[in-house]
Amino acid sequence: MDIEALGQCLSSASCLVTQGMTGMIAGLLLFLVASGLTLIFGVLGFVNFVHGSFYMIGAYFAYSAFQATDSYVAAVVAGTLGVGLLAVVFERFFATRVYDKDHMLQILLCYAFILIFDDLVEVIWGNDFISMGVPQQFVRDPYIILGGVIPPLYVYLIGISLLFALALSLLMWKTKLGKTIRAAAQNRDMVSALGINTTLLFTLVFALGAILAGASGALAAPVRSLTPGMGFDILIESFIVTVIGGMGSIVGGLVASLLIGMVRSFGGIGFPLFTEGLIFMMTATVLLLRPNGLFARRAD
Amino acid sequence: MHKASLLRDVIVGIIVVIAAVLLNMAIGTPMLRDLALRLCSLGLFAVSLNLLVGYTGLLSFGQATFYGAGAYMFTLLMQKSGLGIPSAFGLTLIGVSLLAVVVGTICVRLTGVYFTFLTLAIQMMFYSMLIAWSSFTGGEQGLTGGLPKPPFLGIDLTNPTHFYIFSVSVFVVSLVILRRIVASPFGASLRMIRDNADRALFLGVPVQRYKLFAFVVSSLFATVAGILTSLFVSGAFPNFAYWLTSGDGLFMIMLGGASNFFGPVLGAIVLIVLDNLINVHIKHHGLVLGVVILFVVLGMRKGILDYLAEIFASYSERSATRRSQP
Repeated sequence: MDIEALGQCLSSASCLVTQGMTGMIAGLLLFLVASGLTLIFGVLGFVNFVHGSFYMIGAYFAYSAFQATDSYVAAVVAGTLGVGLLAVVFERFFATRVYDKDHMLQILLCYAFILIFDDLVEVIWGNDFISMGVPQQFVRDPYIILGGVIPPLYVYLIGISLLFALALSLLMWKTKLGKTIRAAAQNRDMVSALGINTTLLFTLVFALGAILAGASGALAAPVRSLTPGMGFDILIESFIVTVIGGMGSIVGGLVASLLIGMVRSFGGIGFPLFTEGLIFMMTATVLLLRPNGLFARRAD
Repeated sequence: MHKASLLRDVIVGIIVVIAAVLLNMAIGTPMLRDLALRLCSLGLFAVSLNLLVGYTGLLSFGQATFYGAGAYMFTLLMQKSGLGIPSAFGLTLIGVSLLAVVVGTICVRLTGVYFTFLTLAIQMMFYSMLIAWSSFTGGEQGLTGGLPKPPFLGIDLTNPTHFYIFSVSVFVVSLVILRRIVASPFGASLRMIRDNADRALFLGVPVQRYKLFAFVVSSLFATVAGILTSLFVSGAFPNFAYWLTSGDGLFMIMLGGASNFFGPVLGAIVLIVLDNLINVHIKHHGLVLGVVILFVVLGMRKGILDYLAEIFASYSERSATRRSQP
C-alpha cells in the first residue's frame, strides 16, 4: 500500500493528467466491451461468457493484420469484421441451441468455447506475451498538457471510442432498427408476431455486441500485451460494469466503466497489489446499497 | 430423518470403504491409489457444489475460493504451527466456514446470474490476493516446502495405505453427511427454494437464511476437499482457487447429472479419466476438454445419470401401463 504516492499524484497536475488519460482510455475501451455484453444479455437473455474471448480474438486478428499490412486501419477492420463473422457462426450454430435453456447450460457452452478459443489462440500465435507496437503514424512527439505526457495514440483512441459509443447510441435511439431491437428486448414474441424476423434480428444483435468487443480488442492492441486468456479479465470487468451501472442503461455503463478505469489507474499507484480488491469492494458496496445498479431502468 | 435410512447409508458407506481397502490389497499400484485419491477430493468438491447448484438452484462459480482457502489454511497451519493433523483440520474448517458466512451473506442477497457473477468476482479477488500476498502465501509458486504429517491416533499419513484409507473414509463420511442433509426436511426446503423461491417464502420457509446455510455447508465440504488435496500434493497452490477449478466442478456436475446425488461423483470419474488420457497423449488439454463439454451440452443436455434415470423412468412407465391394461 502506498498512500503517499497516491497523495503525491493527486496533488500534481501532470500526474493527474497522465493517469487520468490512462484511466479514461481503459474506461472507454471497457465501455465498448461492456456495451456489447449488455446488448447481448438485454436483448437475447443470453449470458455471453465468450465475450472476453471475442475481445481477445479481435486483438489477435488486429495483430496479424498489422504484421501483414503495417496499417492500423486494416488492423482495426480485420479485428472488428473477423470477430463479427466468428460471432455469427457461433450464434447460428451454437448459441441458438441454448437460448431458452437454463443459464447453467449457457455458461457451460461458453466455458467450452473459452477453453477452445484459448487453446486455438495458443496453437496459432503461441503462448508468449506478444506486442503489436505503436503504429508508425502515431510515433510523434507527445502532447504536453499541464505537464502531463499524452501520446497522440491515446487521443485517437479516446476519439474513436467516443465515436463508437455515439454511433451505438444513435443506432439504438434514433433508428427504426434500434427501436426494433429495444422492443425485442422487452417482448420477443410480440415483435415476432408483428412479422419481424426475430431470428435474423438476434443474429444481428449478437454480431453487433461481439463486434463491439472485437473492435475494442483491436483498438487496444497497440497498448496492451497479448496473451491467450487475456479475455477473462475484461469479461469480469464487463460484468462488473453491467452490474454496477445497471442493466439496460448506457449512461450507467459509461459511468461504471470510467469509474473502473480510474480506480485501476489511480488505485494502481496507491494500492499496486490490491487493485482487484478495490474494484471488488466497490462492486460489493454498490450491490449492497443498490442491488439493481446505479442507473437501473429495469428491475430484473 | 429416518433412523432406518441413516443406518442404511452408514452400512453402505462402510461397505464402500471395505471394498476400497480390498481393491487396494488386490491391485495395490500407486496409480490406482492416485486415481482414488483424486476422486475423493474432486468428487467431494463436486458433490458439495451440487448442494448449491442442483439442490438449491444457486449456480455458484466461486466454490474454489473455499477449496483453495481450505488447502492454504491447512498447509499454513501444518507448516508454521506445531499442531497435529486433527487440530489443524478442525481449525481450518472453522476458519473457512467463517469466511463462507461472510461471503455467503453478501452473495445470497442476489439471485440468478448476478449471484453467479458475484461468487466469481469474489473468487478472483481471493485468487489475486493469494498471488499478491507472496510473503504469506508464496505468491505464484504457492506453499511449497512440504507438509509435515505427524502421526495421530495410530494413523500415519506418510504411509500410502494409511493415507488411502484415511481419504476414502473422509470422503465416504462426508458423502453420508451430505446425503442425510439432502434427505432431511431442510433438504426438501432447499429443493422447494430451487423450484419456486417465492412460493417457499409464502409457505414460511426462511429462504435467505436457508440459502446461507446451504452456502456454508457446501463451502464446508469444499474445504474438506481442499484439505484432502493439500495432503495429497503436500502443499497449496494458487490454481486451487482459480476459476477453472470452479469450472471443473460445474463440468463434473453437468456431465454426471445434477438431479442425482451421485451424479457429480460419476462426473468426477469421467473428468479424471479424461484428464489422464488427454495429458498423456495430447498437449492441448483445453481444446479437448472444451469439445467434450460441447458434446455434453449440445448432445445430452443433461448429465449421464439424469439421462439414464429418464430412460429408466419411461421404461417402467411403459411396463406399468402394459400391466394396468387387461
